[in-house]
Amino acid sequence: MAELEQKEVGKKGKKKGRKKMSTRVDLTPMVDLGFLLVTFFMLTTTFSKPQTMEINLPVKPKGEVTQADQNELKASKALTILIGKDNKLYWYLGLATAPIEGLTETNFSADGIRKVLLEKNRTIKDMVVLIKPTDDAVYKNVVDILDEMNISNINRYALVDIAKEDLDLINKL
Amino acid sequence: MPKVKIPRKSTLVDMTAMCDVSFLLLTFFMLTTVFRADDSVIVDNPSSISEIKLPDTDILNITITKEGKVFFSIDNKNFTREKLLAKITEKHPQLKFTPEEEKSFVLTGSIGVPLNQLQGYLALDESEKKMYPQPGIPVDSTNNELGDWIMQGRLSNPGVRITLNGDQGCPWPVVRKVMNTLQDKNVNKFNLITDLEADPNKLKGI
Repeated sequence: MAELEQKEVGKKGKKKGRKKMSTRVDLTPMVDLGFLLVTFFMLTTTFSKPQTMEINLPVKPKGEVTQADQNELKASKALTILIGKDNKLYWYLGLATAPIEGLTETNFSADGIRKVLLEKNRTIKDMVVLIKPTDDAVYKNVVDILDEMNISNINRYALVDIAKEDLDLINKL
Repeated sequence: MPKVKIPRKSTLVDMTAMCDVSFLLLTFFMLTTVFRADDSVIVDNPSSISEIKLPDTDILNITITKEGKVFFSIDNKNFTREKLLAKITEKHPQLKFTPEEEKSFVLTGSIGVPLNQLQGYLALDESEKKMYPQPGIPVDSTNNELGDWIMQGRLSNPGVRITLNGDQGCPWPVVRKVMNTLQDKNVNKFNLITDLEADPNKLKGI
């Protein structure tokens, strides 16, 4: 962008001597540079902080745990969710050896486990959900189930290691 | 008819104001930017409805990749990483780090090598580090180095918050091992990094 030399008009009796140079500097390239850098910093900035989900695990007991220390959980209030291979999901109510409501296969959709959880949470007072991922489960499944607990407003749940009886139940199905 | 004379005006625009604006923005972005550490591991987080944001500092992060490899990283607020390396060397006297390797440790993002390979890994330069096949930190019950890292990390920065950054497809047994390690070290409260997904309860309200 060439700068137009403005002619000085109306000055009579101009003194001859040093030519007055314009003090104006073309700032366009500087603006270009400025915006280039702005763009760079904008693109490298991490705008969104990662979301997190808080999880509290129980304190690992030190030494032997006696029967008296443990809270007996009523079998009728325990809902167990088993997470199997290939995003498969199973649930039963009660004990694995004598389930009140037998093992049912379901899925992660809104009509699947969420419906069950909402319904059971309504009908059973103080329901406790036991989440038992098998060794074939993937991390996503577990997070999804923990998320379902948040969605269904279930406050009492626990991540439990899978037992042999549970695996037998799945295999029988 | 007289000709209408349109006076010729200069097309020059004063760029000073624009320049001011652009440099103001530039200053703002420069001061607010926190450069992300160059991570050699990429994970795809599962999603959840949780909306808790994670702070930038005081984070001890354990990354688990799809293959089940475990990586460890901690932010370097108040020279945490320097302190951590000093504590690790104290506990494992067979490790001797040169000042260059210490510097390299401070600048490296995630660490995913067993302690006996750590020195060799830190001696590499940036591009070689990316190519290096990191086997992950051992979490087996016989050789649980992750426990050491967590313990020393917490000693280096007592206010640290522990996060678990797992890939969607990482196998559950590995996560359980990591969680057991955390429980062994009396870390019973930690955060799982997740992507945001819409809360179905809130969607109903719309």
